[in-house]
Amino acid sequence: MLMRAATAGDETAYRDFLKAVTPAIRGLARRNLARYGLSAGDAEDVVQDTLLAIHLKRQTWDSDRPIGPWISAIARNKFIDQMRRRGHRIQVRIEDMAEILAAEEQPAGLDGHDITRMLENLNEKQRNVVRALAVEGASVRQTAERLNMTEGAIRVTLHRAVKALSAIYRESDK
Amino acid sequence: MRTDDLIEALVQDRAAVAGKPRGALSVALVGGALIAAILFLTVLGYRPDIAAAAETYRFLFKFVFTLTLAATTIWLIFTIVRPEAVPGLRLLALAAAPVLIILAVVAELSVMPSSTWLPRLIGKNWWFCLTVIPSLAIVPLAAFLMALRRAAPADPGLAGALAGLASGAIAATLYASHCTDDSPLFVLTWYSLAIGIVTIVGYFAGRRWLAW
Repeated sequence: MLMRAATAGDETAYRDFLKAVTPAIRGLARRNLARYGLSAGDAEDVVQDTLLAIHLKRQTWDSDRPIGPWISAIARNKFIDQMRRRGHRIQVRIEDMAEILAAEEQPAGLDGHDITRMLENLNEKQRNVVRALAVEGASVRQTAERLNMTEGAIRVTLHRAVKALSAIYRESDK
Repeated sequence: MRTDDLIEALVQDRAAVAGKPRGALSVALVGGALIAAILFLTVLGYRPDIAAAAETYRFLFKFVFTLTLAATTIWLIFTIVRPEAVPGLRLLALAAAPVLIILAVVAELSVMPSSTWLPRLIGKNWWFCLTVIPSLAIVPLAAFLMALRRAAPADPGLAGALAGLASGAIAATLYASHCTDDSPLFVLTWYSLAIGIVTIVGYFAGRRWLAW
């Protein structure tokens, strides 16, 4: 099982695992949103929020148990969070039907809905580290040299950034 | 941020995986109870006539009640650390302690004349009971909440309330050895109220800090 190798620190296995489960999570999110008559445009928010939770809560998976129900439970939980947020938004712009319909017709967008805002909510150091490592695909060493930081500091900053991204989703609940 | 970029960020984040939630809970349980016990023994201590009291059913029953409540609640907490775990019918286990106390109250009412009921219910130290139990519960509750932050309970409010209930029951077990009000009528009224206060605090703390 990939997740088992991944928790043992195998980077490639972990990437493969996350990429393998993402389409299933996305399918589930779209179906759930559609069931409540909501725009599929928000599915990617649920997907990203779910991936963050899978990552930050990976210690709660019991390796003796099947991983499917664990992932579905997390995805369901995150979908419910999203519903609560949508509840607020729908009240705010109940007349913007055209906008919602337009969003539905968009092709399978891979961007989270509130992405610009999400990266803005990281501090500058976190944003630079995330951009270099994740978006530009630089190695930890290259990033460390470019930002004039130690490799250890890069790793700490990245971990804080991941936690901050997850917190942003949670905070917009309120 | 594209989802693929997010995945890349997660893969690069090789921070050590947090410890297993059950291990953390065990540490919290032992550590929290131990600190509360030390606090109790240094500040209050058990009642001087504990040896004589230990031969009465009423005194012993207080521990049957609080320990039953603690055991069932702690067991439930350990079962809800995984996101897919739904307590469901297991919540019925929580009825065990209330059933015991109601049976004890029925027994008390049948053996004691009705003129003694009210004095026994009010007791001597109800205000002290309401203050000491929540105070002793603070450390265990904080310890449980910290451990549960590593978990992923499907219902954070429920997880927090259970943590409060367990902490209240632990605190009540300690306090029971100090308290000289042994009537089940007193226990039903004031112990329940004190534990209830901690449970409500736990519920709100859970919604605030255990959401993930």
